[in-house]
Amino acid sequence: MIRTPRIFVPILVLLALMGALVSCAKHEAEIKVGEFGSLTGSTATFGISSKNGIELFVDNLNAQGGIGGKKIHVLVEDDQSKPEEAATAVNKLIAQDGVVAMLGEVASSRSLAAAPICQNSGVPMISPSSTNPKVTEIGDNIFRVCYIDPFQGMVIAKFAKNTQHFTKGAIFRDNKNDYSVGLANYFTESFKGMGGTIVADEAYSEGDQDFKAQLTNIKGKKPEFIFVPGYYTEVGLIARQARELGITVPLLGGDGWVSERLLEIAQDALNGSYFVNHYWEQDPNPAVQGFVQNYRKRYNSTPDGLAALAYDAAGVLTNALQQLQQSDPKAFETLSGPPNADQKAARAKLRDLIAHTHEYPGVTGKITLDEHRNAVKPAVFLGIKDRAYTFVATVEP
Amino acid sequence: MQEFFQQLANGIAWGSIYALIALGYTMVYGILRLINFAHGDVYMVGAFAAYFLARALGVGTVVSASPLVAAVVLLGSMIVCAALGMLIELLAYRPVRKSSRITALITAIGVSLFLENFGILVFGADPKFFPQVIAPRTITLPGGVLVTNHQITVVLVSLCLMVGLTLFIHRTRTGKAMRAVAFHRDAASLMGINTDITYTFAIGSALAAAAGVLVGLTNPKIEPLMGIMPGIKAFVAAVLGGIGSIPGAMIGGLIMGISEYMVVGYISSTYRDAIAFVILIIVLLIKPAGLLGRNVAEKV
Repeated sequence: MIRTPRIFVPILVLLALMGALVSCAKHEAEIKVGEFGSLTGSTATFGISSKNGIELFVDNLNAQGGIGGKKIHVLVEDDQSKPEEAATAVNKLIAQDGVVAMLGEVASSRSLAAAPICQNSGVPMISPSSTNPKVTEIGDNIFRVCYIDPFQGMVIAKFAKNTQHFTKGAIFRDNKNDYSVGLANYFTESFKGMGGTIVADEAYSEGDQDFKAQLTNIKGKKPEFIFVPGYYTEVGLIARQARELGITVPLLGGDGWVSERLLEIAQDALNGSYFVNHYWEQDPNPAVQGFVQNYRKRYNSTPDGLAALAYDAAGVLTNALQQLQQSDPKAFETLSGPPNADQKAARAKLRDLIAHTHEYPGVTGKITLDEHRNAVKPAVFLGIKDRAYTFVATVEP
Repeated sequence: MQEFFQQLANGIAWGSIYALIALGYTMVYGILRLINFAHGDVYMVGAFAAYFLARALGVGTVVSASPLVAAVVLLGSMIVCAALGMLIELLAYRPVRKSSRITALITAIGVSLFLENFGILVFGADPKFFPQVIAPRTITLPGGVLVTNHQITVVLVSLCLMVGLTLFIHRTRTGKAMRAVAFHRDAASLMGINTDITYTFAIGSALAAAAGVLVGLTNPKIEPLMGIMPGIKAFVAAVLGGIGSIPGAMIGGLIMGISEYMVVGYISSTYRDAIAFVILIIVLLIKPAGLLGRNVAEKV
């Protein structure tokens, strides 16, 4: 057996002490907010865009002096695009770091894994862009600043039926994904309700590489469009393989398509297809243009819909914190201190203020939370033409 | 009927990739009695080696897609993985050669996990877009079946590699030595044959790399965990065909590919992955040694 040299022990003790000192010194007046997201993994651009959006908002706020002189400190944890890791990340942020509120996730499966933990710990959680209705049904601490899938599905069905005059559609859904299954069902319901027919309903699993078998089946049914409510990674490949099999009909999609990687993978295969987004980056609204410019300056890329929503989620949360600071400075003070017994009541007050968010002017539109803690907002339809996005329409709720 | 042939054509192209991976499993098992669970991850490294090589060559910007570039990328990636295979054997498997079978198996799983996480660390976990080393084109076969030139490349390259491997094993001295070790290790050792056959790993890994490049070509999305599922399925294919048997691995791979397509086409896409294991169980119940695995079969 190899013996650990004696010298290691004091060194380790010393390191541990130094670590403790550093973390003590950091306890200055700041408000800790947790963020969990997919910084790596199959949907990495979701997490990275969201992180950038939140960072941009919070750094800007801190540069202007924070809230009541206190800075916001966002602690970010990566969930590797896996629901089980999302639960671990949120547990750590709450138990170990003592965050007072939570921001995240994009993917509904991951938000659903984390929400019960936030709910039980009484930590308000704002999901920027999980659209599955089940997410906020977990409990009264869970909010979102985007529209929900019944609305999204209805909008896409309306677009297919009334604008494009399609009557025969096919669905190609991701069976492993709460978002995809939910959206596919809401779409089917609306589309059938309007008199359309679904000629094929095929499924794949997240991470698949080969979709030709299902696409061959779909091709045989001769639909006028294929609705693919999945995430960008697979959508890009699906589009390519559909074109390789000689399927020329447009593909329709939801906000899971939103990523700068989408067209890199799909190349020309998505030309002529349409999807729903949360905002349009060339919206002439000065607030939107200011956001887009600041984002470009800092990250050297155009913010996608998820970055914009994350920016707004941070806005809604800090807006509530600002209100708390004005209405109840004592409660606000407890939130910025080290974890203590009074924080629970203060967090509940923060929760109530978030719930009363009314007409918050975000870059994705005015945000008002309804009694189910969902935002009621318009959806933006984008088309793809020559590997670029074009604005098609805004659909009001 | 057209649909059936379309599914069949796609199934053959997909099955050729399983067959290539399965060959590596079967060779290593046949000679060393080791199930090399890291094999699927070598396939992933092969895809990434090709990705970086193609980008270093400037595919898409400086160099336009051509069969020559594709061949360079393919060979380069195979060489990288052959070296990796030898390195893995040297560092991980040789030290436990004399230990029990289970030790080697656990070591293989350890190497597999290491490669996956190494990939996440070095390449990043987000999917990468594989450069188009051959410009895609769709070809219509008689009967209205559509295939891409990529799929044809996959089948042709796989076929060439399989034939090349068979010739190598049956016609060369090294191949003879490999067969001798597979037949009886101790006896071969007494005859003066070097039984630390690292080139078995080199060849097996090079084949996996080829499969990785071909997958990148047809389905241009690569990520560090892409090797897990194909690795498992190729293992099933190798067992199905009779592990240790080279023609068995090829047939097993094709059966897996085609049956996957037929299941999705005519039953349900949900059962796509389950079917691999159902087939395996049925075959093993009827023929425990696998389709071509006989007790006296040459084990290479």
